[in-house]
Amino acid sequence: MLLALPIIIPLLTACVCLLLGHRARLQRALAVLGACGLLVAATTLFVRVWMDGVQILHVGGWQAPFGITLVADVLAVLMVLVTALMHLAVTVYSLANVNARRQRYGYFAFLNVMLMGICGAFLTGDLFNLYVWFEVMLIGSFVLLVLGGGRAQMEAGIKYATLSLLSSALFLAGVGVIYGITHTLSMAHLSQRLALVAETDPWLVVAASVLLLLSFGLKAAVFPLYFWLPASYHTPAPAVSAIFAGLLTKVGVYALIRVFTVVFPASDYTLNLLLIIAGLTMLFGVLGAVSQSQIRRILSFHIISQIGYMVMGLALLVSPGPATQRLGVAAAVFYIAHHIVVKTNLFLIGGTVRALTGTERLVQLGGLLNQVPWLAILFLIPALSLAGLPPLSGFWAKLAIIKAGFEAQQYTLTAVALFAGLLTLVSMLKIWNEAFWKPAPEGETASENSGRRKPPPRRLALLVAPSVALAVLTLAIGLYPQALLSVSQRAARELLNRRGYVQAVLVPPEPSEQPELGDDRS
Amino acid sequence: MFVVMALLVGALYAAAFYLLLARSTVKLIFGLLLLGHAANLLIFSAGGLVRANPAIVPSGVEAPLPGYADPIPQALILTAIVISFAVLAFAAVLVKRAYVESGTDDSEEMRTTEQ
Repeated sequence: MLLALPIIIPLLTACVCLLLGHRARLQRALAVLGACGLLVAATTLFVRVWMDGVQILHVGGWQAPFGITLVADVLAVLMVLVTALMHLAVTVYSLANVNARRQRYGYFAFLNVMLMGICGAFLTGDLFNLYVWFEVMLIGSFVLLVLGGGRAQMEAGIKYATLSLLSSALFLAGVGVIYGITHTLSMAHLSQRLALVAETDPWLVVAASVLLLLSFGLKAAVFPLYFWLPASYHTPAPAVSAIFAGLLTKVGVYALIRVFTVVFPASDYTLNLLLIIAGLTMLFGVLGAVSQSQIRRILSFHIISQIGYMVMGLALLVSPGPATQRLGVAAAVFYIAHHIVVKTNLFLIGGTVRALTGTERLVQLGGLLNQVPWLAILFLIPALSLAGLPPLSGFWAKLAIIKAGFEAQQYTLTAVALFAGLLTLVSMLKIWNEAFWKPAPEGETASENSGRRKPPPRRLALLVAPSVALAVLTLAIGLYPQALLSVSQRAARELLNRRGYVQAVLVPPEPSEQPELGDDRS
Repeated sequence: MFVVMALLVGALYAAAFYLLLARSTVKLIFGLLLLGHAANLLIFSAGGLVRANPAIVPSGVEAPLPGYADPIPQALILTAIVISFAVLAFAAVLVKRAYVESGTDDSEEMRTTEQ
């Protein structure tokens, strides 16, 4: 039951928010309550999994290969926990950042629908169910993206929706082909059966896996499938951008990690493909960022380049040594957790800059270091963490990835990773220089004084509190990385121990019936 | 039969991608629609095309009689159809709103978010 709570709580919150109609004040209270509830449930679940190992819930009482199973291993609960944290931060931020009209027209309801989809995608152990959660997540994100209207948001919506639906259709086709090969959809069962099929017909399995690679790659915005992201993420309200930037692409990365560790048998073809994709994603993402001049667009391109690091961690499975493989996957998991916290925070701070000055174009910004010095410090923590400076969380994430890269003897790719890190620093310093360091541009100050009024202190507190909390979290991970590192290592160990996953899911209370279970369908 | 289905699925995919590449956003919706149909038929064919009975358990028996068709692909397709219906309804409204906001249905002119 505990396992279903991260899905049920957002669902209930969304339903009640819709029922409340246009009463924005009640919706706000409920949204914060729901986010707190999700955080409590996620923490409890995390502790339970950490203490007692993988938790299983057979939905509706149907045994594993037949029914849909929810599987909470360390990776899944870590993702749910980070998601719940971001949800709470963004919900609090939305109170001050999303205007009352958007709130009345279902902002919180669809935020929770999206969250339900994300948590479901993390927890499910069934391939088709994963597709369904993706769709739930997508429909929530479509509405959030276009809520409030305006030309830019509609155009972004069309691009985002088309590419998302294309990705879903590819996923669906992949599921169909995989079902045709194996006659099962449970990930644990697929893990067994695909390994059997791969012995006789390896390319059939590779073909099916490439369909999923394309679909998840499109979701995760890897090279060359990333162009929709910088065209859409900067258009909605900053709170929406922040939760998108933090979570949505990472769901794609999570799905990649899940299927290429647990479900598909290792194949050099796909892993080498992933290696190349990882390098190009890092490079092109960061090059895009260097050329931009608007805060949220720079940050959007950074998402892409950071995705490259995570995919690199996964692609290092190509190395033969199990210790290196574990290190690579652990580094990817660490990177995802760190990245979600840092990226969400950067978008939130970008939104705060916009709330204070009315613009996010770097040309029009300036002098913020003198006007609001605390915001400058607040920006520096996640910005330098993203670039990978010690002692912040990004340093350890990059260090782990690069160590794994050297141990796997992928020297070119590791060099690309280091170079991309340098360029990340350059473009972060660009925001620093332009928005905070340089003197405020002439003429802007006059219009600022007359046209803009500063947000009242209470509203400002709501904008800043989530950023402070996330910055403290970044610092905490940076100063004491061992906690997150040991979680990632354990997640990697579980992911690479297929037999353990299969046994945890498939072996029912009466193991004697096991051999018959799978054969009824075929 | 299998060859016919394979050709049909291929033709649907071809048509879908052709429409997706068109500049008009209205054609985009039709492209997405055909893409969904193609994927559904693919699941249907991949699940196995057999002449068999529906998987319904007659009264008084514990399991369906032997020689029944696999009901899972049908269930998957049913789910996918419902989802794609909802999503396409949203897409149709979105395209309409985008037309109202920007006064064009030409995706080449929808570049305000890319500068």
